[in-house]
Amino acid sequence: MTSPVDAGAATGRIEITGLGVGFGRNGRRVEAVRGLTLMTTPGEFVALLGPSGCGKTTVLNTVAGFVQPTAGRVTVDGETITEPSADRGMVFQQHSLFPWKTVLANVEFGLKMRGIGSVERTAQARRYLGLVGLAGFERAYPGELSGGMQQRVGIARVLVNRPRVMLMDEPFGALDAQTRLAMQELLLGVWREVRTTVLFVTHDVDEAIFLADRVAVMTARPGRIRDLMPVKLPRPRPAEVIATAEFMALKARVLAQVREESGRAWTAPWP
Amino acid sequence: MATAPLIGASAAPADAVAPLRLAGWRRPALRALSIALFLLAWHVATVWDVDFYVRFQNIPSPGDVLAEAITLFSSPSYYVHIAASLERIWLGFAIATVLGIGLGLVIGWFALAEDILLPPIELLRPIPAVAWVPISIMLWPTERSSIVFITTLGAFFPIVLNTIHGVEGIDRQLVRAATSLGAGRAAIFREVALPGALPSIVTGLSVGMGVSWICLISAEMISGQFGVGYFTWVAYGIVKYSQIVVGMLTIGVLGMLSSLVIRLLGARFMPWLPRRDKAGT
Repeated sequence: MTSPVDAGAATGRIEITGLGVGFGRNGRRVEAVRGLTLMTTPGEFVALLGPSGCGKTTVLNTVAGFVQPTAGRVTVDGETITEPSADRGMVFQQHSLFPWKTVLANVEFGLKMRGIGSVERTAQARRYLGLVGLAGFERAYPGELSGGMQQRVGIARVLVNRPRVMLMDEPFGALDAQTRLAMQELLLGVWREVRTTVLFVTHDVDEAIFLADRVAVMTARPGRIRDLMPVKLPRPRPAEVIATAEFMALKARVLAQVREESGRAWTAPWP
Repeated sequence: MATAPLIGASAAPADAVAPLRLAGWRRPALRALSIALFLLAWHVATVWDVDFYVRFQNIPSPGDVLAEAITLFSSPSYYVHIAASLERIWLGFAIATVLGIGLGLVIGWFALAEDILLPPIELLRPIPAVAWVPISIMLWPTERSSIVFITTLGAFFPIVLNTIHGVEGIDRQLVRAATSLGAGRAAIFREVALPGALPSIVTGLSVGMGVSWICLISAEMISGQFGVGYFTWVAYGIVKYSQIVVGMLTIGVLGMLSSLVIRLLGARFMPWLPRRDKAGT
């Protein structure tokens, strides 16, 4: 990589103010998110943590431009989001690679959309595949890869566009524990190289603390931010960091909040 | 069964639930034996003139058929019939492919097109193509064009419907992924909808090929002057019973080869799909 760090550094300020998102109509209306406010600084790694069904993914989909807010505003670097863009790439939980494209063609996709010539495209895509440790798998099809390898392609495919923001929707949620750990370390390594703002949705407390600069705990539905906790653990973070007292203390705090919200999520339909 | 452990003495519990299968050369041998037994039963039934509600008196024996086939293989007129049928299939199928895939893509992609174009298709679809024969003879100036029309009709419906189904069934998440990588609507159609629909389209082509053979043979039997269907039907009329069976077998082989071509083309255009034939049937 020739200095990959520069571009993302000054951009990627997400500002979500008073966000409300509702689905359905009239009688069957469900409010997924209400009055959610969250700001990130450029290049920051923020984990969105919360009980299932609290609207984490909805927030992510709003930033991506897949879902339109019913109230409030979402901007990235001051621009209001109206539609999806390669500036805000999304890594999905699973099965989101194009099965009919080779690994290389999947990573090249965004560059192709921008009209970049095939030689340049291939060169860049190869570089990012190398970054996620998949050099040599260029010609494989996604169906021939393991779940963890597929997610690495998914990350390379987003980062090759040099997005302001990388949105990650429980990207390691479908992986086994061993692979998940390896992927978390890999993600931190890649993120050190290609600095971009990351909004990372998860329900795994360890994962959130291990990865993020700040952990945003969401309330039960309709979701808003309950607490925003900075993670002061130094970087680079080795895997052993999860055994430190500092980590444990933070985890206890976060867990207590998440548990309380989960309890609320369960009792919510029967108040 | 590619992973089935045939290696050795180690007790393989995974195999305990697998269907009983023979290893190595025994499997093809058993299958050959099965065909031999079928031929023997046919031979015996015809030689003994079995009459047990079904009557075998007029049915040619395997030997008769073989002798007849050898004679026919060196007769130019046999090939004229085959050529006529192949030309009609090829023409009809090609037209149906172009129309079916083209219309299917348009209907699947644009909701308005679906409302305008789909109702007549749905209305005509339940009518078997063979029922179109009289109308077709009136509609088209030549026998050849009317038979091609029937053949086209037979292949068209499965192709158009499977294409629509394929386009409408594209994975929403892949569409989202594409948009968040900078794809516009045209790019989504080209890069996501089209390849995503391809397996379904190939299924449509495969079914369409089968139906168009049925239609071709029926149409030739009813109104032809050439073609394998005509040949088979005429053989009955002129009491050349062995020729009937040769005609039937010819139809079977041609149909099988056509399906094979579709399958090979499908595999060629969809290299990402796992090959089923690797595992041996």
